[in-house]
Amino acid sequence: MSLDIIVCVKQVMDPETPPSGFKIDQETKQVVQTTGSSPVLNGFDENAVEAALRIKDITPATITIVSVGKDFVMDVVKKPLAMGADNLVLLSDTHFETLDSFATATVLAAGIRKLGEPDLILCGRQASDWDNAQVPLGLAEFLGLTCVTVAQKVDTDGTSLTIEQVSSDGYQEIMTTLPALVTVSNEIGVPRYPTLRGIMAAGRKEPVIYSAADLNIDPESLSPKVVVTDLYVPESNHEVEIISGEDDADAGRKLALRMREEGLI
Amino acid sequence: MTDILVVGDTTNGKLGSATAELIRAAGNLVGDVGVGLAGSRLQEAVREASSMGAQTIYTMESHKLDDPSVYTKVTAFSQLCQQLEPRVILVSKNSHGLDFGPRLAFSLGAGLAQDCIRIGEDDDTGRVVATRPVYGGSAMATVTFSGDGPQVVVLREKSYEPASQDSLESGNLVQVEVNLGSSGDQVKSVRQVGSVAKGVRLEDAEFVVAGGRGLGGAEPFATLEELANLLGGAVGASRAACDAGWVNHNYQVGLTGRTISPNVYLTVGISGASQHMAGCSGSRNIIAINKDREANIFKEARFGVVGDWNAILPSFLETVRELV
Ligand SMILES: Cc1cc2nc3c(=O)[nH]c(=O)nc-3n(C[C@H](O)[C@H](O)[C@H](O)COP(=O)(O)OP(=O)(O)OC[C@H]3O[C@@H](n4cnc5c(N)ncnc54)[C@H](O)[C@@H]3O)c2cc1C
Ligand SMILES: Nc1ncnc2c1ncn2[C@@H]1O[C@H](COP(=O)(O)O)[C@@H](O)[C@H]1O
Repeated sequence: MSLDIIVCVKQVMDPETPPSGFKIDQETKQVVQTTGSSPVLNGFDENAVEAALRIKDITPATITIVSVGKDFVMDVVKKPLAMGADNLVLLSDTHFETLDSFATATVLAAGIRKLGEPDLILCGRQASDWDNAQVPLGLAEFLGLTCVTVAQKVDTDGTSLTIEQVSSDGYQEIMTTLPALVTVSNEIGVPRYPTLRGIMAAGRKEPVIYSAADLNIDPESLSPKVVVTDLYVPESNHEVEIISGEDDADAGRKLALRMREEGLI
Repeated sequence: MTDILVVGDTTNGKLGSATAELIRAAGNLVGDVGVGLAGSRLQEAVREASSMGAQTIYTMESHKLDDPSVYTKVTAFSQLCQQLEPRVILVSKNSHGLDFGPRLAFSLGAGLAQDCIRIGEDDDTGRVVATRPVYGGSAMATVTFSGDGPQVVVLREKSYEPASQDSLESGNLVQVEVNLGSSGDQVKSVRQVGSVAKGVRLEDAEFVVAGGRGLGGAEPFATLEELANLLGGAVGASRAACDAGWVNHNYQVGLTGRTISPNVYLTVGISGASQHMAGCSGSRNIIAINKDREANIFKEARFGVVGDWNAILPSFLETVRELV
């Protein structure tokens, strides 16, 4: 018996991009990268891929990567394959370009239903573009699955699932049964690097691509419930008072004195 | 008739401050405000919500809702919302994290505006208009709703002052029956593993000193601890420092860490990435020690020292010791 694991991943703008590295297209109310840097796989989704691979390290499993969007960069969405995942399914359509969370979850649910009934779905805790942390909960609702969020560890024996869920002062150990959906957080640890062999194999692998029509999705049903009316980079005209001294040590002393003067210590 | 339903929370029978913030925020919208409360000992919270100006307080009494799992709480509030059909549902991004709001919204088939910091209403459409940081705080978005159906808005904690208890306690009390069935039974909490919190909680501290990647290792955090002890404060960290394993993850301040608003937030070797600032921009005085004058943290700080913490911190600590 082999476990069927699906990992949902999203291609996002590199979150390290400084405000000078992107501009806002007022027409579409979207952020557009201006510097040469390319998009990346959402960091938490790499954590989710890692969680899936750790299960596969000790249990027979097939890992299928699923992503919804348009204009995929192959090197980005193939990274999980290079890390060791088995299949890549792209849900790609012009209608999938600017979906809200509700619609994204709708498309993902349709795509996953088409693929069969997975034992486990893993997602990132949130996408670093809009930090919504919404799609997995919608997906779980639509597929009728239990959803446990923000995991730092996911173990399974094939029927039950043990999860360490991050809490503000530690973690909670949770048990549930398969099938289920779990969102994964960075506390799980650094995702493994793709191996050279993995990269070669990923390069040769063709993704399976489904359009809205393939999924029997009426584009009308994807109209947003939440719309963006404005998007802007907040202005900051804040002035810092730099404290300097003869040398660093002196500056440290002066900082303490200045803070004392202001009643801050 | 409740137009705006506030999802209330209680701790030890008292109304949570997050709920008081939501009641304040509800004042920016047009319509009657109701507060939903779940649990078994709600008298005190009912009185508080009423004195904060809520027109109606809905109680869902059940022992199963004392310290509920998110699953049972969603089931209860989902049923309440189906009965009341409020136009707007306000939820705080508090201890249930980003989790409760989306679960509730999807159970109702409703749209949701996540992690908002300001809300108002469009006079023409009568729909909620909300402001929220996106791209980790690098950009700001204004969002509104379309279509019919309830509008669920999740507010970031500490975005509004808590409502004060200065109204006549004239709110109506309505007891609501909810059927919890077996909700939550599919998920068993086996144990809670917490680190023993030393000293002041990060969220409660008026002085927080935090270290980042620039500290280069776990050892310098001992100096930060010493400083925090001296000033009765707490120690925080950037995600980079946590990911490196120098301190536990529960030290993390930021978008996906803890949200703090101390009087003084002193950062050492932290660049001030927008995702970090998301958790500390409510601090009244940000002070930065960083060797890079161009670091973003200096755009947000009141005082800064540009230089190497290895030299700055010891003399700073020594001077503080003399002063306090
Ligand atoms: C979705 C998402 C969520 C995130 N959530 C969070 C979060 O909750 N909290 C968080 O903190 N981060 C978060 N991050 C990560 C964030 O983007 C940054 O990567 C992180 O905050 C950087 O940490 P840092 O400032 O310690 O490290 P760096 O950015 O590497 O900065 C180190 C700083 O130390 C300075 N320095 C180095 N040596 C010295 C020295 N000897 N003396 C003085 N200064 C020195 C450098 O000049 C530099 O400015 C998140 C990222 C994403 C994508
Ligand atoms: N377009 C998408 N395609 C595939 N998975 C997605 C997509 N958007 C979101 N997800 C998944 O849902 C998680 C949370 O995203 P969000 O709700 O947008 O913050 C991500 O980390 C992904 O695992």
